[in-house]
Amino acid sequence: MLCQECQEREASLHFTKIINGEKTEFHFCEICAKDKGENLSGGNNFSIHKLLSGLLDTGQALSSQKSGRKTQQPKPDIRCETCGMTYKKFTEIGRFGCADCYTHFDAKLDPVFRRIHGGNTVHAGKIPKRKGEDMHVYREIENLKTEMQKQIAEEEFEQAAETRDKIRGLEDSLKKKGGDAS
Amino acid sequence: MTLKSFMNDAISPWMKNEGPEADIVISSRIRLARNLGSVPFPIIASGEQLKGITNQVEKNFPGSSKEKFGKLSFLQMSDLNDNEKRILVEKHLVSPNLMNKSENRAVLLSENESLSVMVNEEDHFRIQCLFSGFQLEEGLAYANVMDDWMEEKFDFAFDERRGYLTSCPTNVGTGLRSSVMMHLPALVMTKQLNRILPAINQLGLVVRGIYGEGSEALGNLYQISNQTTLGASEQDIVKDLRSVVSQLIEHERAAREQLWNQSQNKLEDRLFRSYGILSYSRSMESKEAMQRLSDVRLGIDMGIIEDVKGSILNELMVMTQPGFLQQYAGESLKPEQRDQRRASLIRERLKLEEQEEDHDGGGE
Repeated sequence: MLCQECQEREASLHFTKIINGEKTEFHFCEICAKDKGENLSGGNNFSIHKLLSGLLDTGQALSSQKSGRKTQQPKPDIRCETCGMTYKKFTEIGRFGCADCYTHFDAKLDPVFRRIHGGNTVHAGKIPKRKGEDMHVYREIENLKTEMQKQIAEEEFEQAAETRDKIRGLEDSLKKKGGDAS
Repeated sequence: MTLKSFMNDAISPWMKNEGPEADIVISSRIRLARNLGSVPFPIIASGEQLKGITNQVEKNFPGSSKEKFGKLSFLQMSDLNDNEKRILVEKHLVSPNLMNKSENRAVLLSENESLSVMVNEEDHFRIQCLFSGFQLEEGLAYANVMDDWMEEKFDFAFDERRGYLTSCPTNVGTGLRSSVMMHLPALVMTKQLNRILPAINQLGLVVRGIYGEGSEALGNLYQISNQTTLGASEQDIVKDLRSVVSQLIEHERAAREQLWNQSQNKLEDRLFRSYGILSYSRSMESKEAMQRLSDVRLGIDMGIIEDVKGSILNELMVMTQPGFLQQYAGESLKPEQRDQRRASLIRERLKLEEQEEDHDGGGE
C-alpha cells in the first residue's frame, strides 16, 4: 500500500483513529509520518504521560481500595489551593500544576514517587545556595524548638529562656533577609 | 553557499568527534529542570505569566558571559521561522515541544552552543549542556555554573524533602537527566545488544533510539540515560551512568575485535559497499543514510576506511535532517526532493574530504 501523504513510498505505519464511533484509517510512510508527528504537538509526550498517568491512577485506586472497603462513595478529590489543579487531573495528565501541588498532594505522593524512582521518596542531591542558607537556619530553629520543649519539660526555665532568645534572633534574621529581598 | 561555509555554521562542538572515547560515545548531555516557586508551571500558566519569565531572562542574561561558555544570546521562539526552529531541534539545542508551542517560549544559547537554557518548556527552565565524547562530569560542572547563576536571579521551587520541584513527577529531586549517545554497530551486528539492554533497564537506566522515547535506533545510535532523579545525588547518578557506559564501550570494542577476527572479509565488504553507495547514489531515505553512515563510521574507527574523517557520521546525521537540508537548499522540499538532496549532500561531503586530502598531499 502506498503512503497516503506522498503517494510515492510504501506505507509502513498504519493508524486507526476512532472518534465518536467514526473510524478513520491512516497509512503513512515513515518519512511522512515523522513530518506529521512534528506537526502534531505533544505527539511524543503522549506515550510517557499516558503511561505515567496509569501509574499515578493505580496509586489512587490502591489507596481508595484500602480505605474504601466500607463505603462505596468516592472520596472527595484533593485540590491544590494555589493553582486549582485536582489530584484527579494530575493523574490524568501526569503533571503538577505548580510547586504548591507538591504540598497539597503530599499525602498521596510517597507511593507515587516510590514507584517512579526505584523506591526513593526523599531528595539526596544539590541544595540551592541562596535558599539552602535559609534552610540551614530553618533546620537550626526546628532543633532549638525541640530543645526548648525538652528544657521546659525538665523545668530548666532559665536555659529555655536562653534558647527562646536564640530562636527569636534567628527568626528575626530570616525576617530581615526577607525584607531586604523584597 | 558552499558546503564548507554551510558546515561552519551548521556544526556545533558536540558534533566534532572529540573528547574521551569519541569513537564510541558520540555525545554526553546533562539536563537540569528548574522552576520558579511563585508561578504555575508552563502547562497551566497564563500567557502573561510565561511572558513575565521570558522577560526576566531577557533582562538578566543575554550579552553577559561566564568564562566557561562565553556570551549568551537570547532567542524568542516566536521570532524564528519554522525552518530555523527545526534546525535548533535537529542540533538538539531545543526540544520539539518548544518548537511546536513557541508563543512565550525562548532559548538562551551560549556562543559555543554547548549550553542552552529552554525557557517555558515543560518546566520554566531546562538547563542543558551538550558535549562531544564521554564528558558527563564536565557537562554537569557546566550545568551547575549556569544553575547557580540563575539561582542568583530567581527563586527556584525547592523543597527540603523533595528537592527541585518539577512539572513531571519523573524529574523531581535533582531534576537531572544525564545521557550519552553511543554508536554500537558491532554489538548490533553480533546480536549481543538485545541481551544487554534488559540488564541496563534493571539498573534504573533507560536505553532509547536517538529521537527519544519509542524511536528506532537509527544508525546503531543509542541514547542511555538515568531514569530516577530522586534519592541519589547528582554525582552518584552520573557515576552510575558512567560505569554502565564504560562497560558498554568495552563490550563494543570486544565485539569489533570479534568481527575482525571471525569475518574480516565479510565485514570489509559490507563497510566498503556502504561507502560506495554513499559516494554514488542519487536518492537516499534518511533511514538508509543513517545505516550506511554508521557502516562507514565503523570502517573509519576500525582503520578499514582510511580517507574519511570520523566526524562524518556526527555531522551528516544532523545535516541530512529535513531542516538542514532545506536550509542548505534554500527552499522547502518535498520528501522525494529531500531524498535526492540528502544523497547529493552526502556525495558532496565525501568529495570535500577527498579535496582536503589532495590539499594536504600537495603541501598547500
